[in-house]
Amino acid sequence: MIDTPTVDWLALSPTLALLGAAGVALLAAVIGPEWFRRAFAGFVAFAGFVTAGVLAGVLFERSPGSERLLNESMTRDRWGALAAIVIAGAGALSVLVSWGEKRRDHSGEYYALLAAAGGGMVFFVGASNLMTLFLGLEWFSIALYIMCALDTHRATSLEAGLKYLMVGSFGSGILLFGSALVYGATGELGFASIAAAGANEDYLLLAGLAMIIAGLGFKVSAAPFHMWTPDVYQGAPTSVTAFMSAATKVAALVLTMRILTVAFPEQEHLWTVAVAVIAIVSLAVGNIAALVQRDLKRLLAYSSVSHAGFMLIAVAANSDLGGKALLYYLIPYSAMSVGSFAVVATRERELGVPVTLDNFGGFLWERPFLGASMWVFLLGFMGMPLTGGLIGKFYVFSAAYRAGWWWLVVAGVIATAISLYYYLRVALAMWTRPEPGLRPAIAGGSPPRDPLLVSAVFLSLIVTVGSFFFVGPLIDLAENAAQSLPF
Amino acid sequence: MTTALIALPLLGALLVWVLPFFGRISGILATLVALAEVTLWAVIVARFDFGQNLQLEDRQSWFADLGVSYHVGFFGFSLWLAGLAVVVCAAAIAYATWADRERARAYHGLLLFLTGAIVGVFAAQDLLVFYVFFEAMLIPLYVLVGVWGGERRAFATLKFVIYTMAGSLLMLASIVAFGLSQGSFDLVDSGFSDNNWIFLGFLAAFAVKAPLFPFHGWLIDAYRESTSEVSAILSGVVSKAAVYGLFRITIAKFPEPVEDFQTPILILATIGLVYASLLAFRARDLRSVTAYSSMAQMGLIVLGLFSLNELGVNGAILQSVAHGLVSATLFLLAGMLETRTGTSAFARLGGMARGRPALATVLLVVGVIALAVPGSVAFAGEFLILAGIYDEGWWWAAIGAGAIVLAAMYMLRLISAVLHRSRGESVREEAHDLHWQELAIVVPLVAGLLFLSAWPASISERNFPTRNSEAAP
Repeated sequence: MIDTPTVDWLALSPTLALLGAAGVALLAAVIGPEWFRRAFAGFVAFAGFVTAGVLAGVLFERSPGSERLLNESMTRDRWGALAAIVIAGAGALSVLVSWGEKRRDHSGEYYALLAAAGGGMVFFVGASNLMTLFLGLEWFSIALYIMCALDTHRATSLEAGLKYLMVGSFGSGILLFGSALVYGATGELGFASIAAAGANEDYLLLAGLAMIIAGLGFKVSAAPFHMWTPDVYQGAPTSVTAFMSAATKVAALVLTMRILTVAFPEQEHLWTVAVAVIAIVSLAVGNIAALVQRDLKRLLAYSSVSHAGFMLIAVAANSDLGGKALLYYLIPYSAMSVGSFAVVATRERELGVPVTLDNFGGFLWERPFLGASMWVFLLGFMGMPLTGGLIGKFYVFSAAYRAGWWWLVVAGVIATAISLYYYLRVALAMWTRPEPGLRPAIAGGSPPRDPLLVSAVFLSLIVTVGSFFFVGPLIDLAENAAQSLPF
Repeated sequence: MTTALIALPLLGALLVWVLPFFGRISGILATLVALAEVTLWAVIVARFDFGQNLQLEDRQSWFADLGVSYHVGFFGFSLWLAGLAVVVCAAAIAYATWADRERARAYHGLLLFLTGAIVGVFAAQDLLVFYVFFEAMLIPLYVLVGVWGGERRAFATLKFVIYTMAGSLLMLASIVAFGLSQGSFDLVDSGFSDNNWIFLGFLAAFAVKAPLFPFHGWLIDAYRESTSEVSAILSGVVSKAAVYGLFRITIAKFPEPVEDFQTPILILATIGLVYASLLAFRARDLRSVTAYSSMAQMGLIVLGLFSLNELGVNGAILQSVAHGLVSATLFLLAGMLETRTGTSAFARLGGMARGRPALATVLLVVGVIALAVPGSVAFAGEFLILAGIYDEGWWWAAIGAGAIVLAAMYMLRLISAVLHRSRGESVREEAHDLHWQELAIVVPLVAGLLFLSAWPASISERNFPTRNSEAAP
């Protein structure tokens, strides 16, 4: 008689919802008629994300403690559940953004992959075992590789997919190697068991830890592991970029904090410093490189590197407050990312060429709502008032200060000051009318109306601004979630 | 009440942006909102009990875990600063309507938004709320200068924003450090700090905003490139946010560092006062004179604040209001002159008094008040400041008095260059006297100055209850 493990279906339900949506959408893409595919697959993916978000909410509600499932391969806790909600939200918004993309083929497959990637991420944030960690990572990465290269008629899209595939595989390889070393040192795969194995100063373990941090750094797109970010963000279809910049970051950062605090509490004095250094390098590289960008997607890509730096400050703080700060920061950040890339996507569809600072000119006057929203997102990235970006930075700085790392606060402040320059350039570009010669003809008559994209931008706007006014409730959620981790 | 005073212009801004009115109509709507704001402020003043300290408080927990709450309220002195803000902003919005700026909806909405943010700064009783409003001021200013400004506007805005944000971000770091070490970000609940670094972080923000020598690099470009009403708000009101911050935060919360740094700050303020007065004397156009004179006046005000006694502080507040009205009027007049002559350079102006009695009278009255002729409100303010600073050492008062002589020189030079002498080449016969609508905008400001000249004690004796117990150390 073999004991079958009891399966906690609720813990798996968000993942399963998305996986199911992916399957149904894929089937539709194969057997449905041409006209039917996009609408059906899009709807199914959207429904999948919404269901996953709701189920994750139920999971959040019903998981007051931290519970390890299936021989420590998964953790059911609020930390993962809240991250899953944010991922599902970003995914649902991305579906709305994707809808207007004029894709010649693979429209059904696209939504299937989107849902699959979301499912992988939701699985990934709950991982508490080196095997499930790697499984989740590859699961969503492979889906993203394909999505980046989906616009096969555009060379840049193919390039982005290939580059992401190669650099991403390299990162995964490092992560896997690091996992192997950790397993070699401790004989354990589960995060908590690794901590309990007590191989404190084992060089094998430390090397493994360093490689795991590096491998996750690739997914977080923290410098110096960010080289792929600008090219991929620029080349990938903009709706994919929107999804990647928000959801991948949530998943990778949340898991980074989980594995570091659960599996390596004894090595805290080492990894906090390492993460802090990576944070500072990201802030420096992201901000300085963004200064000279003219392509908007590249600019936002470097900005996402610098925001990875901000959020890693919260990870480095390694405290209850740091956990709260990270989860809170991710909420407005995801909304701002999806929203800003959605606006860029609109402009791109309107003009049929990549959006640069030059041809973004006058956008505010042509599309007042989208332009004003973009303004708010940029203010949020800068950390200006009336957006959650300010409160996020405030919490991150507070966490760093309370951890005794005042120099991280100073670094963050300097980075923010530098970042103003490039965000404000975009902001000002929207006000000024472009030179007549610089203005490419609008592709195909009047700008396309896209109510779904507009509603996605509107929802992002609500989250960005709402997270400023309703800090209390969101912080309570983040606090509940952060209590799942052992600080 | 306080929240209403902050929210009214912000909601007005939304209204102006959303309602589909164009051109003048949106301007008139904005002006009406601004006038309602002035009325609301007057109602608050009528209800205010000047024998008490903090009043009209609104308090609501924002996020409890770090002890941040939305907490606003007024002291006597901050109510006067808020009054200055609403009056000057109303005049500026009315002038913008009259001047018929392009893209009027966006422009007027931004001006209203700015008004709300400034009032918020003067009402804030929580450090994070203060920071929020302090930064929120910058958003509309950035656009107002960067989009509607003059030829070199891009450079001017960038310089302005980077200077001010560098200061503000240091302040954010200080706020985090101060609030976490105190356990509360509330200005009323928190105690004192003796940390010099935190103090310097706050000081940096206010020194840039004021501006205090040598942080004034942004000033001349921003004041010269903005439209005249934005310059009026910038020099008249926004700089007073620094006065509030210096007094309510640095002086009130850092007694020891303030003692330690008093002399260096006084030295910087004096240098700023003398240096800017000299620059104003050498400046070649109306706007530059006004800009440098307002930097000089800020030096004087800081001198009063950091005399750290009641006389000096009262004088500083009175002088803030007086200077706010003076420089706002001067900038608006500069705008009116520019629309007539296309320039504010002295070399091309002159002889404008002939046939333009209204213009000549207004400019003369404001100029004479600005040069602190005895009996004017500026004289009262400067007298109090000098009397206050005299306690710290007679030499400060001596230098201050010397600088006031310089003020007389540059103001008289301004008046004569514009109004008298032979007719300048840009002044044509067709350049009319002030229109009654322009007068309707400027005369209330001048009337306010005359009122305060007649009764300066209406402000200087109502800043604090008899002995300023809580706010001033």
